[in-house]
Amino acid sequence: MELTGRTLVPGRAAGAAVVLAEPLSFWGGLDPATGRVIDARHPQRGTALGGRVLVMPTGRGSSSSPSVLAEAVRAGTAPAAIVLTEPDPLVALGAIVARELYGTAPPVVVLEPDAHARIPDGAGVEVEAVGGRAAVRVERR
Amino acid sequence: MLAGERGPAARTAMRILVETARAMGADRFVEISRAHVDGCLYHGRAGLDFAERLLAEGARVSVPTTLNVGLLDLLHPELVRADPETRRAARRLMEAYVAMGCRPTWTCAPYQLPDARPGLGEQVAWAESNAIVFANSVLGARTERYGDFLDICAAVAGRAPYVGLHTDEGRRARVAFRLEGVPERLLASDVCYPVLGHLVGREAGSRVPAIVGLPPGTAEDRLKALGAAAASSGSVAMFHAVGVTPEAPTLEAATGGAAVPEVAVTPERLRRARDELTTAGGSELAAVSVGTPHASVGELERLAELLDGVRIAPGVGFYVNTSRATLAEAERRGVAEALARAGVRIVTDTCTYLAPVIGEVRGPVMTDSAKWAWYAPGNLGIEVVFGSLEECVRSAALGRVVRDERLWS
Repeated sequence: MELTGRTLVPGRAAGAAVVLAEPLSFWGGLDPATGRVIDARHPQRGTALGGRVLVMPTGRGSSSSPSVLAEAVRAGTAPAAIVLTEPDPLVALGAIVARELYGTAPPVVVLEPDAHARIPDGAGVEVEAVGGRAAVRVERR
Repeated sequence: MLAGERGPAARTAMRILVETARAMGADRFVEISRAHVDGCLYHGRAGLDFAERLLAEGARVSVPTTLNVGLLDLLHPELVRADPETRRAARRLMEAYVAMGCRPTWTCAPYQLPDARPGLGEQVAWAESNAIVFANSVLGARTERYGDFLDICAAVAGRAPYVGLHTDEGRRARVAFRLEGVPERLLASDVCYPVLGHLVGREAGSRVPAIVGLPPGTAEDRLKALGAAAASSGSVAMFHAVGVTPEAPTLEAATGGAAVPEVAVTPERLRRARDELTTAGGSELAAVSVGTPHASVGELERLAELLDGVRIAPGVGFYVNTSRATLAEAERRGVAEALARAGVRIVTDTCTYLAPVIGEVRGPVMTDSAKWAWYAPGNLGIEVVFGSLEECVRSAALGRVVRDERLWS
């Protein structure tokens, strides 16, 4: 199945989907040393995000989130790609700066909310975000 | 600037601004008159790599720029329990931003500095969620939600993407909260405002809310607590308080005349919101932390009044966070001395929910800040009890959590 969205940060990546039901602020929510969710209030605390395609509604808008995402990229614990349903400039910014500093970053794309709901947790996902249009291919299981 | 006529740092800053502007859906930039930067708080190597790269490229801010808190208390270095390596990196980061021409204000409440307050309609680029919501809501200045990296890029380039809260359209209320049956005595208490903000943030998400029913002339410190809470539980970057804040003489003015969904704020919902801010049951109290966002002089005076004649129980740490500028004023007024006499440790330049000040504790930490209560359990791995400043002081004196339910019944 192929879903179409909008590119916030271009790139290509693939990995197993990790679907978060609630938004996650990277700052206070992601431990860049381990790549795991540490927000005590998040229902999926403890979930590993490193190397996976992170699917979530949006970041929670903490102004310190870009640093944490860039630090996770540096430490090699960042998600392989980030798929949102609402554009979040702070998530995009973390990736843009990580690429500026370290030459690599997860692509960030935005899908329509209904498309988002069609990605099952654990499914293989390929993100191809080139130009304005992004393709998100979900493996049939 | 992208061509490099203002040097390599301005080119890097502009490149990041252009890419982020695209992600924000902006098609042009607006000139800004001030910036407030929070990239000076150490979160790890990446933030330092970025600041030192810009500095090496010769970055200088092109507008007056204030700095948010760092990881260290430079005035009271013994208070922060960081390892030497982290301490060195955190200090290098703070110094890099000063070297780029930013003012070493080290506060999350730059709006408390008389010469750093933007005016109504002024276009600025501010970072730090509580400062953003205060600038937009209380001062009527215009800033989007800037954060690490973009804040300094905007300060260097002197411009920001013209989108969202920079525009008239983006500032209109999209949801209204109407106070219904909230008793006068609750509205007359400081503790009402962080609780209301917490509830508003939970329900509003990232929408601009209008709040109907706040008393005219609601004090700045209360609006600060409300906004900080709403920016923590939600991503509220601006609110209108009808009859209170400058862009909301009426609900119609706040919404631009559009019909918006309404949420009723009842005493019962406020009580539930208050309870959400506490993670611990009543027991031995380990510490109290107040002053998040940084306490104003008025708040320090109020704390000193409440502590007059009170002895803090042995073993209970009592911390208040404020800015170095506010501390200097409190020293002039004799308030700082009164607080120190009562056993309060004054923390400047940083904040106790970010920096390892409190250390490992047995038992809950009490706070009057919804923002602190929201973030401290995750950041510090502690239990928290939310209460009024009066409850915090009474509990500190007794060494155990005491709460006054009368206000909420």
